[in-house]
Amino acid sequence: MKWTWWKVLTVVFLLYSAAAGFLLPVPRLAIVNESIRNLYFHVPMWFAMMVILGTSVFRSMQYLRNPSARLDILSHEAAKSGIVLGVLGLATGSLWAKYTWGAWWTPDPRLNAAAVAMLIYGAYLVLRGSFRDEQQRARVSAIYNIFAFAAAIPLLFILPRLAGNSLHPGQTGNPGFNKYDLDSTMRMVFYPAVIGWILFAFWMTQVSSRLAFLQLKIDEK
Amino acid sequence: MRPETNPLPVLLREISTLLAKDFRLEWRQRAALGGLLLYVGSTVFVCFLSFSLRGGTPPPPAWNALLWVILLFAAINAVAKGFMQESPGQRLYYYTLVRPQAVILAKILYNTLLLTAVALLGLFLYTVFLGNPIQDAPLFVANLLLGAVGFATTLTLVSGIAAKAGGNGATLMAILGFPLMVPMLLLLIKVSKNALDGLDRSVSQQSLLTLLALNMLVGAVSYLLFPFLWRG
Repeated sequence: MKWTWWKVLTVVFLLYSAAAGFLLPVPRLAIVNESIRNLYFHVPMWFAMMVILGTSVFRSMQYLRNPSARLDILSHEAAKSGIVLGVLGLATGSLWAKYTWGAWWTPDPRLNAAAVAMLIYGAYLVLRGSFRDEQQRARVSAIYNIFAFAAAIPLLFILPRLAGNSLHPGQTGNPGFNKYDLDSTMRMVFYPAVIGWILFAFWMTQVSSRLAFLQLKIDEK
Repeated sequence: MRPETNPLPVLLREISTLLAKDFRLEWRQRAALGGLLLYVGSTVFVCFLSFSLRGGTPPPPAWNALLWVILLFAAINAVAKGFMQESPGQRLYYYTLVRPQAVILAKILYNTLLLTAVALLGLFLYTVFLGNPIQDAPLFVANLLLGAVGFATTLTLVSGIAAKAGGNGATLMAILGFPLMVPMLLLLIKVSKNALDGLDRSVSQQSLLTLLALNMLVGAVSYLLFPFLWRG
């Protein structure tokens, strides 16, 4: 029970950010209005996705150095958690866009980049599905995971900034929220929300990895 | 082979041997090369026929989009056969002779040369049939060459991965390769649009530098990862 504290923290932070996110006052800004509350959900989900996908790549690197079924499962499950969070991020973003920009999807550079990231991880799952030999699958998918992350993910941050015509909040200049200038009440909700979602991603990965370990044990019998 | 103190000359010699082997193989199986050229030629011709229905050349944005679509698919077809035409036995044989870094570098180099030739030829045919709205030709061609190098570096490792999966390698390659190439394509299409419109070159500078950096990054990652792919 030594390691339950962070799970308690996850629950507390997520419940707090959901409750406070809807109830506490937010600055009144034109067009955005109350929809600024989406910042407490959408942005932390993307942060958590990046962290968990980074973890997945790290596990893949470890796998290549020192192959084991355990590392392959950890990398795979982390990537799947990243996909779940990415889809949640797309959904919350799309919802927000509908009420702020008037369309579910726009050809905004940031949105395209997000869609490309999801396609890449979709391709990762397809690649995993096309192997019969487990060691081969583990090794080749680890390679694709690293390659895809190195080739495409940095661009998802660089390209939207190069394009310079994005409507996405926090887009012009640095990635912060300079335009919206988080006031101190918003920070009090936003930071716990970020930590909560990142911890949630690790928790989700831990649970699904345990299931996969058990499956492996059953298969080995 | 006598032991060499400095590994670099060995690597270079291995690369040049492998490159020569690839060219010789390509020349002996001219059907594949001919097929590729015919593929580019017939797509351009189909475009020409469809646009001639409405009086000649397409508007510049359509011209640009079609050219890149043709080059993209030609590149996937050209690179796909690289690793796939080699049997597992052949791969094992190379494995005993040369180091994997030489294999990937030689393959990237070969694909770069092949795609450069395909891109230039494609552009030539395309301008012959569909007109030439380019206002800044040197920039356009430079961008085209960067594109060929970028396609070659990205797709070479992807084709190696797809070849490992066996079965429907070409389909898998498209699935794995397309999303990786989208960021690169966006930059390429943007610069080529700038060149078409004859915008000042300073507008394209940042994108060109990003493209160059991206090519080097992808090349470096391929170089590091390929030995692991090959070990199987």
